[in-house]
Amino acid sequence: MAAKKLNIKDKYRLLTRDLDWEFSYQDHKKAFPFEEFEGIKITDWSKWEDPFRLTMDAYWKYQAEKERKLYAIFDAFAQNNGQLNISDPRYVNALKVFLTGVSPLEYQAFQGFAHTGRQFGGVGARVACQMQSIDELRHVQTQVHAMSHYNKFFDGLQDWSHMHDRVWYLSVPKSFFNDARAAGPFEFMVAIGFSFEYVLTNLLFVPFMSGAAYNGDMATVTFGFSAQSDEARHMTLGLEVIKFLLEQHEDNVPIVQKWIDKWFWRGTRLLTIVSMMMDYMLPNKVMSWKEAWEVYFEEAGGALFKDLARYGIRMPKHADLIAKEKEHVSHQAWWIFYTHGHAAGFHTWIPTDEELDWLSEKYPDTFDKYYRPRWELAKEMEAKGERFYTKALPQLCTTCQIPMGFTEMDNPTQISYRESIYKDERYHFCSDGCKEIFDEEPEKYVQSWLPVHQIFQGNCGGPDVEDVLRDYYRMNVGADNLDIKGSPDEERWKKWKGVA
Amino acid sequence: MPVQAITPDYVGDIKDRFENFHGNQVVYVGWDHHLMFCAAFAYPLPPETPFRSLLETVMPEGFSLHPEWEQIDWNTATWLLNGEPFVPQPDVALKDQGIGHKSLLRFQTPELKGYQNAGV
Repeated sequence: MAAKKLNIKDKYRLLTRDLDWEFSYQDHKKAFPFEEFEGIKITDWSKWEDPFRLTMDAYWKYQAEKERKLYAIFDAFAQNNGQLNISDPRYVNALKVFLTGVSPLEYQAFQGFAHTGRQFGGVGARVACQMQSIDELRHVQTQVHAMSHYNKFFDGLQDWSHMHDRVWYLSVPKSFFNDARAAGPFEFMVAIGFSFEYVLTNLLFVPFMSGAAYNGDMATVTFGFSAQSDEARHMTLGLEVIKFLLEQHEDNVPIVQKWIDKWFWRGTRLLTIVSMMMDYMLPNKVMSWKEAWEVYFEEAGGALFKDLARYGIRMPKHADLIAKEKEHVSHQAWWIFYTHGHAAGFHTWIPTDEELDWLSEKYPDTFDKYYRPRWELAKEMEAKGERFYTKALPQLCTTCQIPMGFTEMDNPTQISYRESIYKDERYHFCSDGCKEIFDEEPEKYVQSWLPVHQIFQGNCGGPDVEDVLRDYYRMNVGADNLDIKGSPDEERWKKWKGVA
Repeated sequence: MPVQAITPDYVGDIKDRFENFHGNQVVYVGWDHHLMFCAAFAYPLPPETPFRSLLETVMPEGFSLHPEWEQIDWNTATWLLNGEPFVPQPDVALKDQGIGHKSLLRFQTPELKGYQNAGV
């Protein structure tokens, strides 16, 4: 007798919900030990609505098709020396930040969703997390493959995962994800599934992939398209998680709100690095960070939070402050990296005159008043042959780990300082948002691995900064770091292009 | 609750306690409204360091790149220690005038407005 072919509905049931079973001789709580300690109350897992009706066999089939197309384009890109078609060698430095700062987060997301999926008592949530976990693993792999071609021609891409674990500014994205993964499974889902994937991911991916397109980087654009349908699934999952938690029990509402407040703040601080990529690192600009924030958060996010108001959820705390900071953060971030260009694993530069004018136009209320003078000073020093590199290490925020360079929005030339005393130790923060996160769970953040303090403690080699860069970070000092002017990257580019 | 943990009475390891710095304490020094320096500087210093050596030996390397550094009149400059008004005593050790581990010192030079009077 020929095997009966299952219809889609039966197949879906058998390959998702039917994978579950009742515990008859084992204690459910012992099987899912992480499910209760966060205070979240789940009364009925069967109310979970699968955010996408996908079975594992269909998943493999779709993903395999996408992979085939993607790798065909990577091959063509490599065979045609696609690296020569980018706008400007400065562009590749955005890729260096992405590969060392963002791609390893995809890997952390893979690990986080695998762990979280295991811990949920409901089979629907488990299957969804499993698929997202595999997606994230695919993303890190395809990003590495998209960028490996550049590694043959440009500096700074050779040791990205090692750098992610050690380099000072990469502790910002690394600690962000470590924080989420060290939380319970529900907080992880609100942190990554909802706050990051749903509310903020467009601010990372849309500008970045458009930036790649505007700058002639077809490999990265193609990766972006290949990831897009996955991202759409991830966003649906993020939204389902929130709605499910809020509908399960009213006691969940304040807990979820607290997590939204925390992870929205952490997420926007993390995206500071994207703001600087958009405003300073893309030679052909897509839009300003301020415009991106208005489109992707204020409009899209505003509508979302209006929708969630019926559950008793309000806008994330400090959203009003971020609306002011959108005029400042990209300039402050690029200045941090420009002045620490000797210690960065990518090149930095003074914007061209046209770019300075573009920034004035996009930031009429802040750029000329507060930030253009910094570049005038940098130009003056460079002209004297004294390119400005800062000569001491910066104070870092205990929570976000970014150098404390953010300023007061009612006094934009004053650095914003906050502090807390816990168990007789003093801790410093860049903002009320970061201070509040610490104050909520100080036993977690007293463990912050702050790169500057780690260097002082002798845990990163040394004694000099250059020793740390070379031996502990494994940078090729003199090639990976410093200004783009006079770099081997720039020299090679000129040779390829026949420019003197 | 100081942390939401699955382990009862979870206590974190304090990474930056004084004992981990091999006899040094960390002192942060920032120059208000001079954002040529993106953030306050962090210095590992023996607690016995007199304030004078912080000012005359440690700080110039980083701060003297600023075009206004030479113009500072230290007799009129004002200081904040951890946010409170503070009058440093040049020949007293940091620890003996309340400048403890991870203290933040800020100084103000209101007559100097920064590069191009822009707070840079």
